[in-house]
Amino acid sequence: MADKPLSIVPYLKVPDAGDPYLEGYRCGECNAITLKSRTACAACGARDSFQDHKLSNEGVLHSFSIIHRSFPGIEVPFISAIADLDGGGTVKTNMTGIEADPEKIDLGMRVQVVYEIAPRKDGEGNEYMTFYLKPAAK
Amino acid sequence: MSDVYIVGTDMIKFGKFPDRSVESLGAESAHGALDDAGVTINDIQALYSGNLMQAAAMVGQRIQQEIGQTGIPVINTSNACATGATALREGWMGIKAGIYDCVLAVGVEKMAGAGMLGGGGGGKGIPTEGLMGSGSMPCVFAEAGMAHAKDYGTTFEQFASIAVKNHHHSTMNPKARYQIETPLEEVMGAEMISYPNTKLMCSVNVDGSAAAVLMSESEVKKRGLTSQAVKVRASVLTTDPWTDRDEVMPDVNTCTRNAAKEAYERAGIGPEDLDLVELHDCFATAEVLHYENLGLCGDGEAPKLIDEKSTWLGGKIPVNVSGGLLSKGHPIGATGVANVFEICTHLRGNAGKRQVEGARLGLAHVIGLGTCCGIHVLEAPSA
Repeated sequence: MADKPLSIVPYLKVPDAGDPYLEGYRCGECNAITLKSRTACAACGARDSFQDHKLSNEGVLHSFSIIHRSFPGIEVPFISAIADLDGGGTVKTNMTGIEADPEKIDLGMRVQVVYEIAPRKDGEGNEYMTFYLKPAAK
Repeated sequence: MSDVYIVGTDMIKFGKFPDRSVESLGAESAHGALDDAGVTINDIQALYSGNLMQAAAMVGQRIQQEIGQTGIPVINTSNACATGATALREGWMGIKAGIYDCVLAVGVEKMAGAGMLGGGGGGKGIPTEGLMGSGSMPCVFAEAGMAHAKDYGTTFEQFASIAVKNHHHSTMNPKARYQIETPLEEVMGAEMISYPNTKLMCSVNVDGSAAAVLMSESEVKKRGLTSQAVKVRASVLTTDPWTDRDEVMPDVNTCTRNAAKEAYERAGIGPEDLDLVELHDCFATAEVLHYENLGLCGDGEAPKLIDEKSTWLGGKIPVNVSGGLLSKGHPIGATGVANVFEICTHLRGNAGKRQVEGARLGLAHVIGLGTCCGIHVLEAPSA
């Protein structure tokens, strides 16, 4: 078993010291920002053009849905949310810290990325670090 | 290059056929299309088969084994929900290239009981569904719709109105899965799957097949089929170019806009010239987006189009008079051929109670996530 939480997705980094953070890639040719590593840039086709690009923990809510029926074993309801991060990059994850009520959620609202240990472990008992979106502190 | 014509089409009534094979469902619509065209399997020079769920299992050859193994080439296609349109388009290209004069395209799928599609990651680690949002199709298309709401204030009621319309249209289509009116309060009050999509705003998993016989102009004339030959004015396939959000939000808009622009250019028409449209209403939220993507109205004007009932039968531009995927059903590999069947049926004046009177030009549109878009623009037979 790992001695620290594993990352739920490759673009979430869990350093030995300091806070978790999100890091994608930026194409040096066209400035496209991606979450996953690729053979070449999906936007312009350039090769060997990617640089690590740390993503902001703040952004704007672009869209959401409230899930009332998911796949077997998944607890509902939950908010699935998409946010455009300041400085580029878009992420999708659960939204917490707000009621799962469409009347209460404002599209375009400021949100922040928060990091928590996921409430699921893998078959070997490893813990995972994940991230959520929540309304930005006023 | 020869113009290409659709001279025979058919679709089976969509539904649940647990005791029938994929190939027997495909064979039924294939025979229907051959009969409609007045040809036999011995006249067919190539078979284009569309199927997703058994993509590795030679469905086209299995259909041949049902209807006649004549030794012709078979091309099996798989392109998500644009699978059927892709098969049809490959056949169109075979004739355009001058290689064939008479081909058959069949789309078929067994979907009933498949449950909700999509997924939440998988592979290494822990499942992300419910932790990192939802990968279910109802959610993906809900999020696409709510992005429209962010820009234009589209309401739950307006999204729900799409389902009211399409379920109404299907009451006039005996081949649709359902023939049941669903008033607005019933749609809005149905089980919420993924806000704003309730159960009645999600496409129906059904089994189904549809087929079309395509011919070159010379073949149409030789066989005297001009009076039933629907001209393919444009056949377009696009994929999604990179957009900033598409790693987390499949972009169904840009590929549709690009396909529509190319289709209108190739057909030499504009959206205002269309008499009816069958578009990919996999969820009610999706239909709203495609009104604007296909240029049926300007950006931000879809809510107005809905409120004015412009896309109902009898309106300015009827959309999904078949009942659409929401009510006719969505057997994935068949859908892109079934949409073409519907347009051809109207252009030939055979649509019965749901006939769009005097229809001359129609557009069929499908989207496959992953992502691709297929559009066909079709013109009525010359009198």
